[in-house]
Amino acid sequence: MEISLAAEKIAHIGSLPITNSMFTSWIATILLVVFAICATRKMTLIPKGAQKVMEFIVESLLGLVNSVFNDMKQTKRYFPFLATIFLFIITNNWLGLFPGVGSIGFHEIDNGKELFVPLLRGGNADLNTTLGLAILTMLLVQIFGMIAIGFFKYVGRFVNFKSPIDFFVGILEIIGEFSRVISFSFRLFGNIFAGEVLLAVITWLLPYVGPVPFYFLEIFVGFIQALVFTMLAMVFIKMAITDHSEHEEAAAH
Amino acid sequence: MDAETMKTLAAAIAIGLGAIGPAIGIGMIGAKAVEAIGRNPEAAGKIQGPMILTAAFAEAVAIYALVIALIVKFV
Repeated sequence: MEISLAAEKIAHIGSLPITNSMFTSWIATILLVVFAICATRKMTLIPKGAQKVMEFIVESLLGLVNSVFNDMKQTKRYFPFLATIFLFIITNNWLGLFPGVGSIGFHEIDNGKELFVPLLRGGNADLNTTLGLAILTMLLVQIFGMIAIGFFKYVGRFVNFKSPIDFFVGILEIIGEFSRVISFSFRLFGNIFAGEVLLAVITWLLPYVGPVPFYFLEIFVGFIQALVFTMLAMVFIKMAITDHSEHEEAAAH
Repeated sequence: MDAETMKTLAAAIAIGLGAIGPAIGIGMIGAKAVEAIGRNPEAAGKIQGPMILTAAFAEAVAIYALVIALIVKFV
């Protein structure tokens, strides 16, 4: 059984290698864009078709984001980014479960031995994708914090000369921000890649029948991981935009 | 003991031991959450949110162990 931790390269554009996960992410992006275009083409007051589904998705996500921020203005400000993260991750995860992903491949490269290179692989089963999402999220959290409470107040959370204890807490906060990048990326990568390995092993052990309950599990895990990524991003944004110096925030998440 | 055997053993021990802590942690989170819901059934929705979030944090540690096991086995 061939299980490759790193996503396999299937093509090159110039000197940039294209991996199968990247290709699947493109397909997911195209699917989302086409769905969005279909849903907003001829919008009616009483929705039908794709618009109905899109309204359901947007309403649920708006409720979810609002439950954390509790302020409609802030919710609308951060909603586009958070909803995009959620939809991108869940589409990538569920696309990785489609028949054909991981099994259809045409390269049988000879690098001293025969290797089967699948053409498609779950988008988040590649550490590059999840690392990119994690870095983007944490960068945006910093930027949102700086925009919301001002640059110096926000940096004052990390570089704090009021007392020795506050100084060390500031250093720990900086380390904390980096550790969140690692934790975001590895949580998503580990869950999705482990799911793929699990499905491959169970299919090998008990073909046709064995994977069925595990597919249910993977559908659920794909949804939960998207939800957890989004909820954690929301919590970090909320922590970044609250003004700690006023000691007003009562509910610390 | 050659390298291949040690690699397999190391991967197995990494994930085996690494899953004990998070499993206990998630069990405790679930227990406290269910107890809180039993005490106040109306707050079930509000308790569910932080419970899922905290369980994801605890599970992430198990995933770290799994990634190390995978790296040891396949790299």
